[in-house]
Amino acid sequence: MAVGSTGSAAEWWDAPVGTWIRKNIQYILIPFALMAFLLAWQALVVINRYPTFLLPTPGEVAASFVENWRNGILARHLGITLVEIGLGFSIAFTFAALVGYVLARSPLLEKIVSPYLVATQAIPIVAIGPLIVIWINTGPLQNALIAALITFFPMLVNTIVGVRNIRHEYRDLMHSYAANAWQVFTKLEVPAALPVFFGGVRVGITLSVIGVVVVELLWADRGLGFLINFARGQLDTPLLFATVVTMSAMAITLYIGVLILERCIFHWRRKV
Amino acid sequence: MQSRSRQLQSGGKKEIAKRLSALSRASASLRARLSRREYFGIFFLEKPSPLIEIESVSKRYGAPRDGVLALSDVSLSVRAGEFLSLIGPSGCGKSTLLKLIGDLLTPSAGRITIAGKSPDAARRARDCGIVFQSPTLMEWRNIAQNITLPLEIIGAPLPERRARADELLDLIRLRDFAARYPHELSAGMQMQVAIARALAYRPAILLMDEPFGALDEMTRERLGRELLDLWTRARVTIVFVTHSVPEAVRLSDRVAVMSPRPGRIERIVEIDLPRPRSAATRDLPRYWELLRQVRAALGLE
Ligand SMILES: Nc1ncnc2c1ncn2[C@@H]1O[C@H](COP(=O)(O)OP(=O)(O)OP(=O)(O)O)[C@@H](O)[C@H]1O
Ligand SMILES: [Mg+2]
Repeated sequence: MAVGSTGSAAEWWDAPVGTWIRKNIQYILIPFALMAFLLAWQALVVINRYPTFLLPTPGEVAASFVENWRNGILARHLGITLVEIGLGFSIAFTFAALVGYVLARSPLLEKIVSPYLVATQAIPIVAIGPLIVIWINTGPLQNALIAALITFFPMLVNTIVGVRNIRHEYRDLMHSYAANAWQVFTKLEVPAALPVFFGGVRVGITLSVIGVVVVELLWADRGLGFLINFARGQLDTPLLFATVVTMSAMAITLYIGVLILERCIFHWRRKV
Repeated sequence: MQSRSRQLQSGGKKEIAKRLSALSRASASLRARLSRREYFGIFFLEKPSPLIEIESVSKRYGAPRDGVLALSDVSLSVRAGEFLSLIGPSGCGKSTLLKLIGDLLTPSAGRITIAGKSPDAARRARDCGIVFQSPTLMEWRNIAQNITLPLEIIGAPLPERRARADELLDLIRLRDFAARYPHELSAGMQMQVAIARALAYRPAILLMDEPFGALDEMTRERLGRELLDLWTRARVTIVFVTHSVPEAVRLSDRVAVMSPRPGRIERIVEIDLPRPRSAATRDLPRYWELLRQVRAALGLE
């Protein structure tokens, strides 16, 4: 009997449905884990009788989220934050790629410039933020610039490493074909350095989000960071939570966007 | 001097060949006594004229005083259509010599001529195809795209590139893998792709730096056979660097044995085994005799 029942269980497990469940078990469990988390949260608030301003229930947060999404407040501030992130990231991306390539190709220049680059990294960027605020008054640009400063360095380093790590044999190969500089750049350097460069992009996009939000928290009058500050001032804790949720969703979406982009570009890679 | 070259002419081909190897060993002293024209005149007596001419080449890495002297006064001439192997202990400058021919390095002293041109001119004329020790394929390009990379660089139109890719894939019998990526191929297959790529613009010379060094014995022998097959069909001149004595003897017309650093040509062993070579070649006493000769020149016996 025992043998028979084990056999049938194994059969079920090996059936197409069973296989599908087994393969995707981590995804299937996500909603359950989320549900458990929300229930625990609700129970915590109810049992301890926390006031709303201290810790709202998931229901209150959801209600605030829907309300502020309907009246456009969240969307407006999200839009501003996104513009700042996009701007800051683009500036950092462009400069990191250009400067990184030049430095990678010129060791002498790198020796001259790198102490300054390292020094800028030693300065807490947020500390020179006020200076930028004094110099540039036009809203999103100042926040974007500070975010760009934070984002720039890791992307720069990855560009340099990516270009430097191209094995010398590949350069010899291109040289033996009498390839010109442009061909070496487009057919070897860019595609070969791209995977490492994208490692920098992945870190960079996260840093851009952090940079913009921190700056908004400190001295902006709009954006999601500002909204958090505003909600705290109003003791509107459900709005604060709703903003954090929006922000997290935004950050995750951006990160996944980069991952998807990577998948598309590096389609030739070994699938693990 | 006049009488000397006449004497050589009358001596018959065998005699000339014998003298040539003696000459190349004594080239330094000979060059002092012969004018340049006469010196080369001797080589021109050989029917297949030399395609690559290396004249007392030295190569020093680093500073003139305290650098590493990798090659010292190397002279060697490679005939058109020949399969020549370079063999010698590690660090004796085999790769260096190959890179000098391919114009990836410039000699510190001496001169290299390839089909009458300087190495730089020969490289620009795409006279040489190079195969490195590792396949050096571009992992973001599929096999067909890898093979046609050199053609892309010389600006060949797409239809021509496609046709040539098909031809070369047939040559290495990897037609089915045209759209695959390098990581989907075994190490041996990747090496074959690298060889096909080196042949893409029909170079007269194939420079191969230990192409089978990283492969197991079975794959090595199979690829060696296929390389010989390819060599007879594509009519290229091959300069082949190897660590393996049997491989050198199996494949080559001549084996140039190099001395430890600073490298020079210690001896050139003429491999007069009949072609086409097969597994039966190994049953010939002459094969073992030549093997012994090369090993002796390497100081192994
Ligand atoms: N880029 C370099 N800079 C300085 N020295 C070098 C360089 N390349 C090679 N050498 C030196 O030149 C000598 C010859 O090197 P080479 O690579 O030509 O040897 P090889 O015969 O190909 O050895 P192997 O069989 O191990 O590949 C070595 O002793 C090495 O120390
Ligand atoms: Mg070598």
